[in-house]
Amino acid sequence: MLDLLGDTKGVALITRSRELSHEELRRLASKITDPIPARSLVLLVATNTIEAVAGYVGFLEKGIVPLLVGAKTTPEQIAGLVDLYQPDYAWIPADMPGQQYDLYDYPGTEEKGLSYRLIHYNRLTANGLHPDLAALLTTSGSTGSPKLVRLSYGNIEANARSIIASLAITSRDRAITTLPFSYSYGLSILNSHLLAGASIILTEESLVNRGFWDLLRQKSATTFGGVPYHYTLLKQLHFERMDTDSLRYITQAGGRLGDELHGWFAQVCMDKGIDFVVMYGQTEATARMAYLPAEMSLTKIGSVGIAIPGGRFQIIDEQGNPVSAAHVEGELIYTGDNVSMGRAISRDDLRAGDLLAGKLETGDLACFDDEGYLYITGRKKRFLKLFGNRVSLDEVEQLLMRRGFTAACSGKDDGLVAYVESGGESTADLSTIDTIPPLLTSELGINSNAFSVILIERIPRNSAGKILYSRLDGTDGAQFDETDGETHEA
Amino acid sequence: MSHLTTYDKVFVDSLDLSSDQLGKELQYQSVPNWDSVGHMQLIAGIEEAFDIMLDTDDIIDFSSYEVGKEILSKYDIVI
Repeated sequence: MLDLLGDTKGVALITRSRELSHEELRRLASKITDPIPARSLVLLVATNTIEAVAGYVGFLEKGIVPLLVGAKTTPEQIAGLVDLYQPDYAWIPADMPGQQYDLYDYPGTEEKGLSYRLIHYNRLTANGLHPDLAALLTTSGSTGSPKLVRLSYGNIEANARSIIASLAITSRDRAITTLPFSYSYGLSILNSHLLAGASIILTEESLVNRGFWDLLRQKSATTFGGVPYHYTLLKQLHFERMDTDSLRYITQAGGRLGDELHGWFAQVCMDKGIDFVVMYGQTEATARMAYLPAEMSLTKIGSVGIAIPGGRFQIIDEQGNPVSAAHVEGELIYTGDNVSMGRAISRDDLRAGDLLAGKLETGDLACFDDEGYLYITGRKKRFLKLFGNRVSLDEVEQLLMRRGFTAACSGKDDGLVAYVESGGESTADLSTIDTIPPLLTSELGINSNAFSVILIERIPRNSAGKILYSRLDGTDGAQFDETDGETHEA
Repeated sequence: MSHLTTYDKVFVDSLDLSSDQLGKELQYQSVPNWDSVGHMQLIAGIEEAFDIMLDTDDIIDFSSYEVGKEILSKYDIVI
């Protein structure tokens, strides 16, 4: 169990019209969790609302395990998760469509005035949950085979404490939401600020809405986080000229920012008196593992910095031997108390203990400079970050295969390319390839600007039938280690 | 090309729409692609097509197809 609120005083949650003290949040949380026994599994749709956050806080405090999903999760995907992981309850927005899936309203728990409701799944109790298991996160951009990351109470607390130390978060900070807390980076912002006794300003509006900026100013937000596309957006919005007086620091994670944007924000933030902190993380490490201290942001452009307190990085070569020299690339290994208990692909996996023992093979390729600052240089595993969402290329290929398209997927962050075979085994009508981007949008919840489709006669393969990705797009495919292009996500 | 044709083409291209989706009903989040990512593409498309630089306030107020026309009139672009 983990009490994120501790004995802190002051304001915990702020919305346009309400403020909840830590004490009021605690009371609401215990009201929500009152009918739910400890060690139940609860599917939680994580919107940036008081009800969702109160549910989450209450679940952790009472030893109830939330399985966090985003508000864009389709009814079919929720039904799939429910089938696979057999939650005992669901805590979901009252107006969420598609609740007909074998659901049964638990009588008498619907809170008057709450925009959420508790649903009890009327079934026999499934297998138990491991006592250390605190929360479950999907690896973002679920492609219909939803793998979960298992986080322990120790993971969440260790990571939150490291982040508090890295960013010097105090009870005076006010973080405004830009990300859902079903996403590990969003969750990390929530956890670290609540544990520091700071406030969270909750909004479902995004950086492109006037409502977001009005709220940021009215409630004097001191910080927010963003993935790379948020920073592209901020630059487009002329962040350099905006009234952002209340901001103390902003963070970036969720993929490589690119040197140009990094340099631009390092300079602009310095001019504006805002600390700009580039970070690096993975859901498997609860969230963040590295940070580039703001005072180094201009001198170490392109670097994700150094390990957070309590963490350690190592780079290993292809034989698994540690690389100590600077500027030599290898796979990045991280050790720390925030390394998760491992993955889950079935309900039975939720009984398992810690399988990683504090050591994470990140699948990222990296090197150090001669002062020990870390640079991410590529990826061993075949996935892309699409507007902050991790999407496995192999899973997209399988998804297209189920629709009759034989495809090889490649590309770069924010730009997935599906090469559809015209002369081979595709069974779908090839005049319908225009339907692929909208199909991927509805399946993945990602803007179709991320997807392009190219028709090719034959997908290049070796004699064993393996796809030769390097031949698809030449040098563009260099995001991945050539020798290990076939590696599947663990 | 008339300004209206240009304006419509930017919407169709950046939000991946068909032309019958354009009109009074079209606003932020009324179609799957007009999310914050789509908004960014849309604004970039408008700025490029009309060779203008929109102010911050105009970008965050650009909340519908119709409102966009009013905003562009401030830049002497009559649609």
